[in-house]
Amino acid sequence: MKIIVSVKQVPVRDSLLRINGEGTWLDESDLSYEMNEPDAYALEEALQLKEKLGGEVVVICAGPQRVSQTIREALAKGADRAIHVQAEDLGPRDALTTAALLAAVLKAELPDMILTGLQSDDLGYGQTGVILAELLGYAHATIVMEVEPQGNTIRVKRELEDGWFQNVILPLPAVLTVQSGIKKLRYATLMGIKKAKTKEVKTVSASDLVPDTAPSALMERIYLPAHAKHTQILSGDPKDVARQLVEKLRFEARVL
Amino acid sequence: MSVLVVLEQHGGKWNRMAFEAAAAGKMIAESLGVPLQAVVLGSAIDGLANDAARYEFRKVFATDNPLLARYTPDGYTAALEQLIRAHQPRLIVFPHSYQVRDYAPKLSTRFRKAFISDVVGVKTENDQAVFVRQLFQGKLSADVRANGNPQFASVQAGAFRAMEPGDGQAQIERFAVKLDSAQIRSQPEEPFREAQRSVDLTAADVIVSVGRGIKEKDNLPVVEALAGVLGAELAASRPICDNGWLPMERQVGSSGQTVSPRIYFAIGISGAIQHLVGMKGSKTVVAINKDENAPIFETADYGAVGDLFEIVPALVEEIKKSKA
Ligand SMILES: Cc1cc2nc3c(=O)[nH]c(=O)nc-3n(C[C@H](O)[C@H](O)[C@H](O)COP(=O)(O)OP(=O)(O)OC[C@H]3O[C@@H](n4cnc5c(N)ncnc54)[C@H](O)[C@@H]3O)c2cc1C
Repeated sequence: MKIIVSVKQVPVRDSLLRINGEGTWLDESDLSYEMNEPDAYALEEALQLKEKLGGEVVVICAGPQRVSQTIREALAKGADRAIHVQAEDLGPRDALTTAALLAAVLKAELPDMILTGLQSDDLGYGQTGVILAELLGYAHATIVMEVEPQGNTIRVKRELEDGWFQNVILPLPAVLTVQSGIKKLRYATLMGIKKAKTKEVKTVSASDLVPDTAPSALMERIYLPAHAKHTQILSGDPKDVARQLVEKLRFEARVL
Repeated sequence: MSVLVVLEQHGGKWNRMAFEAAAAGKMIAESLGVPLQAVVLGSAIDGLANDAARYEFRKVFATDNPLLARYTPDGYTAALEQLIRAHQPRLIVFPHSYQVRDYAPKLSTRFRKAFISDVVGVKTENDQAVFVRQLFQGKLSADVRANGNPQFASVQAGAFRAMEPGDGQAQIERFAVKLDSAQIRSQPEEPFREAQRSVDLTAADVIVSVGRGIKEKDNLPVVEALAGVLGAELAASRPICDNGWLPMERQVGSSGQTVSPRIYFAIGISGAIQHLVGMKGSKTVVAINKDENAPIFETADYGAVGDLFEIVPALVEEIKKSKA
C-alpha cells in the first residue's frame, strides 16, 4: 500500500495573530509554526495502515523553507520520504490554487491512497483532499473516522451531522480526509528523529509546475471581526472576578 | 444569470440549514438584481419540490433520478454540473453542511473555480459579491472576491436567519440529468447512530464544559470541582474527547450533543463554530478564557478574561460561600 499524506504547516495554536501593514495577510515575522493538527491525525492513520499492510508513506507539503521543519517531524514519526513543494506566496491563496500544485506533483506518484486532514486550523477551507480527488480522478470520502482496507477497495466510516455515521465502500485509489481523533497520535522517538535525517526529501519548485488552473478568488482584506458584544466582561483579580460573577448569576441572570 | 440555491434534503426532509442558504441567496440576488432559483436533488422528490415552491424562488428545479436516491459525491457532482452548464447561474449558494463539504469542492473544481466555503456574510460592491469568511476558527475575518462565473459559496450554520415559507408559487421545472451507475464509484451504506449514550447532556440544567485550555488530563479536577459544587454535568470540546481525557459522549458540538442548559460554563474553550452550534441555545453562557479576543466571548453573556487555573478555584470558593 502506497499512501501519500498531504500536510500543511500552520501558525502555532494560540499565536498572537497580527495583520500586515496592507491588511492583506498576517505579519509572519514572529510567528512560530506547527503541523496542522487534523493532518497529524491523517499521518497517524497512514502510519498505522502501513504497519498493518506494509508499503510506503510519502509526505507532501507545500510552502516556504520553514515547512521543512514540519516535513522532518513527519519523517521522524515514521514517514518514509517526503516531497517539499517550494512556494513562497501560498498563505492567503484559495484552496484550488494550492491543491492544483500538489496534484501536479502527485499525478506521477500513483499512490493507492491519499490522506489529509479534514481542514486546516488557519484558513479552514476543508477542501484540499476533495479537490485533489477531482484533479487526479480518484474517488474520495470526507470526515473519516475509521479506515478498513479490503483488497482493492476500502470501507470507511464517515461522520455525518448530529451524531450520525455512515460506512462507505470506495475503490482504490482514493482520497480520504481524516477527522481529528481517528487514532491516538504518536510522538517522534529519538531514534526516529535520528533516522529522519537520512530520509529522502525531494524539493520541487512551484514555479516549475504547470497546474491546470488559475486563481479565481482573491482574499482582499483581513481584519479583526467586528464585535457585537452584548457580553459583560468582568475583570480584576481572580477573587474579585469570581465574586462579581456569582453576584451577576444570582441576582441579574437569576440562574444560581 | 441567476443565483441558484442548492436545497439540501436527507430522506425527504430538509436540512435545517437549507433555508439559511436560501436567505443568503435571496439577499445577494436582490442586491445584484438577478432572479433567485433553487434546486432539489433526489429520487421521488415531488413533495419536496412542491414545498420549495412555496418560498420566494422564481423557479425551482427538480432533479429527480433513481441514482440520486442516496447521496454520493459522484452523483451529485454530475447532476449539478449538468444543471449549471445548461442554465448558467452566476452564483451557486450551498449550506455549509457536512454533505456540501463532501462534494462542493469537487463540483467547483470541475469548473476550475474556487469554492468560497463557510461564509458568514456577504456585501455587494460594484455589482459583485464580496464574501466574508472566518480565518483561524473565528479569530480573524477575511473579505474574498471571486472572479469570473460561475461562483460557488457555502453559508455557515446560523449566519443567516432562515427564509420562511410564503404563499409564493414558484414555477417548478423538471431537469432531467443523464447519470450512469458506472459513474458512481462510492457505495454508501445506511446511516446509523452509535449505541445509546449513557450520558444525556441534553437534559442537564447546568453544564461545566472544558476545552483545550485545561492543558492536561491531570488538571481536570480543577473543573470537576466547579461541576461538583454546582451539581453540574461535565462536558467538553472535541479535542478533550479526541485525546481520551473525557469520553466522547461528553462532547458538545456539531459532532457531539446539542445542549440548552440554564447555565453553560465554557472554560478554556475558544468558541469554534462546530462547538457553538452545540451550545448556543443555552440560556446563560459564561466564558472563562485568557484570550480577550477568543470568539467564545461573542456568544457569552458573561466573560471572565484570565487564567482559568486562578479564576475557577476562586469561583468554587465564592459559590460555596454563597451557599453557606
Ligand atoms: C467537521 C468538524 C466537526 C467538529 N465537531 C466538533 C464538536 O462537535 N465539538 C467541538 O467542540 N469541536 C468540534 N470540532 C473542532 C472545532 O473546530 C475546534 O477545533 C474545537 O472546538 C476547539 O476546541 P477548544 O476550544 O477546546 O480548543 P482551542 O481552540 O485550542 O481553544 C483553547 C482555548 O483555551 C484558552 N486557554 C488556554 N489556556 C488558558 C488558561 N490557562 N486559562 C483560560 N483560557 C485558556 C485559549 O485562549 C483558547 O481560546 C469539529 C471540527 C470539524 C472540522
